[in-house]
Amino acid sequence: MGFDLLPLLLRGAGITIQLTLVSAAVALFMALLAGLGRLSPFRAVRFLAGTYVEVFRGTSVLVQLFWFYFALPLFGIRLDAFTAGVLALGLNVGAYGAETVRGSILSVPRGQIEAGIALNFSAAQRMRRIVLPLALVMMLPPFGNNLIELLKATALVSLITIPEMTFEGYSLQMTTGRTNEIFMWLLVLYFAIAYPLTLGVRAIERRVSAFLRA
Amino acid sequence: MFDYVTFTWNMEFALEILPQLLRAAWITLQATVGGFAIAVIIGLVFALLRRGPRIVSWPTTFVIEFVRSTPLLVQLYVLYFILPLYGVSLSAFVTGVIGLGLHYGAYLSEVYRAGIEHVGRGQWEAAIALNFDRRRTWTHIVLPQALPPMLPMFGNYFIVMFKETPLLSAITVVELLQTAKIIGSRTFNYVEPYTLVGLIFLALSYPAALVVNRLEARFARQRQ
Amino acid sequence: MRANASESTVHASTAPSSGATDDRDPIVRFEKVTKRFGDLTVLDQLNFEVAYNEKIAIIGPSGSGKTTILRVLMTLVEPQEGVVWVDGQPLWHREVRGKLVRANEDHLREVRQNIGMVFQHFNLFPHMSVLRNITEAPIHVLGRSRSEAEEQALQLLDQVGLGDKTHQYPSQLSGGQKQRVAIARALAMKPKVMLFDEVTSALDPELVGEVLGILRDLARDTDMAMLIVTHEMQFARDVADRVVFFDAGRVEEEGRPEKIFSEPENPRTQSFLKAVLEH
Repeated sequence: MGFDLLPLLLRGAGITIQLTLVSAAVALFMALLAGLGRLSPFRAVRFLAGTYVEVFRGTSVLVQLFWFYFALPLFGIRLDAFTAGVLALGLNVGAYGAETVRGSILSVPRGQIEAGIALNFSAAQRMRRIVLPLALVMMLPPFGNNLIELLKATALVSLITIPEMTFEGYSLQMTTGRTNEIFMWLLVLYFAIAYPLTLGVRAIERRVSAFLRA
Repeated sequence: MFDYVTFTWNMEFALEILPQLLRAAWITLQATVGGFAIAVIIGLVFALLRRGPRIVSWPTTFVIEFVRSTPLLVQLYVLYFILPLYGVSLSAFVTGVIGLGLHYGAYLSEVYRAGIEHVGRGQWEAAIALNFDRRRTWTHIVLPQALPPMLPMFGNYFIVMFKETPLLSAITVVELLQTAKIIGSRTFNYVEPYTLVGLIFLALSYPAALVVNRLEARFARQRQ
Repeated sequence: MRANASESTVHASTAPSSGATDDRDPIVRFEKVTKRFGDLTVLDQLNFEVAYNEKIAIIGPSGSGKTTILRVLMTLVEPQEGVVWVDGQPLWHREVRGKLVRANEDHLREVRQNIGMVFQHFNLFPHMSVLRNITEAPIHVLGRSRSEAEEQALQLLDQVGLGDKTHQYPSQLSGGQKQRVAIARALAMKPKVMLFDEVTSALDPELVGEVLGILRDLARDTDMAMLIVTHEMQFARDVADRVVFFDAGRVEEEGRPEKIFSEPENPRTQSFLKAVLEH
């Protein structure tokens, strides 16, 4: 059954989780920055944020990864594999997250904003006390899904030799030839991490819809 | 980390490798279309199976959840390394296309499910009242209403699959990324190949995304 | 004996509104106000006045523009032409060296302070408790202290019959309860003019009465001017000092409820009332 292979794969799992969390932090930061940037009253800011979003959404994450790791050094910026991986994943998912941020802010129901006007809140107060809190709640389910996508995307950094789970699995099956067992465990381990997250996101989604039905 | 930051770009070299990359782009497109075709069919099959009796729908749901919770890359490895062990020998390209199709078929089954459920109960009941048989109910009443609003989602997934084709390079399919890798390792010039590949992806996916957005807007308006 | 005009309180200690017209200046005046949405002219050179302490019911077919009157007054939409006066001040304009120019945000907020609104779909803030919904604006817009605001909020909640719901959240309330909280929230700002935009139209029939009851009490006990857009004809008849029938962007007919409901003069009024009262 290949239980002896588990410790090696689990070591990779630790790196996978690390990668996921650090990339998620980068992605969250970029999502908020670019998402709000797209809504800025200044044309230049909107343009910059928009370009970032379209470029990183419009090209493949693997291509971005390779670009950061192989092409960037020729510009004089040498990144170690882990940094390149986190950067590529974070910037990529952050671009998708930016659209979520923008979409959530724009889809706060008009009635909420009108109630704010009726109570004579200033525009800044409306943003801070009404729009942003509601938008943040609405962003939770899509962000949860982004996190799961990020987890699966970490497998790609195995291709630039970061020793996460897929890399360990791949090199193990090269050295031991026990292909069936190794890949079975690999799939099971990913499933064991991702599926509970999926269930969690769905639960959050239900709570959020109930909450917004005010 | 920083030696000396300079901007290097060899336009002559870029133009030299462009034809090769464009030919590779064609392979990428073929893989996308092939994978999409498989995904569309498998998605429908999965969606229909999920409406069946529990003995069929539960395993189907499990397969869908399993495929969606594991990385495409690992699934590609599984197909590439394990299929031959059972006597199935396919080219890397075909293996990749099947892997792509299976993975996104699981996602598309969700789109089908939502689209089918969106067709109101009343339509089914009207079909029964008019004595349509099951097959015709599907082909003449339900699917024609379910499919149009699903098109923008299908469009989105087509674009997603297009951007995922570089994963096929990991199982030696010579598509855009693999071609760039080959050029890079041959010439040690990585900037132009990888940048051009990025630009080609952008040049193809961005207009496609605009078209899909337009479609989405049209259907949102119709729904009102 | 009129209540002191400087503050609109829920518990007036003097005689309730008698509907007699006041000879002060009107508290709201629309002067040739035009509002277009694209090609559609919703308000057409509208001249309209609301007297201090007057309770007005606005009735009419949908699309007639009656909601737009309220929305222009609440500064939710800007008119293309005309001037709106609130308590002697222009709302969408300000006076600069004797001329009227477009108002800036500061001026808008200053005049807006006099007006409050209750919406058809409640628009309570889902991420705040009932208590906080009511205290948030008094604290952060009027600068009241938290204890002051909470004391007032509890008083208002008692009046609308929801004293026990202070720490619940909107999603836990029924439609009628939500609307009553919305009314309390608007009252907390002590406006001189209160706008009610079809506030019972989104409620299940059995919940309509509790909300209309509150409105009746407000009409009787306060000296706020009230502009009530409604389809509840019996209620309009009971409560209003003046009924205004609005159609296609203009006031077709207006007058005391007895007159409008029993002997409407305008044929459009007649056919509307016929359709509404006899279905």
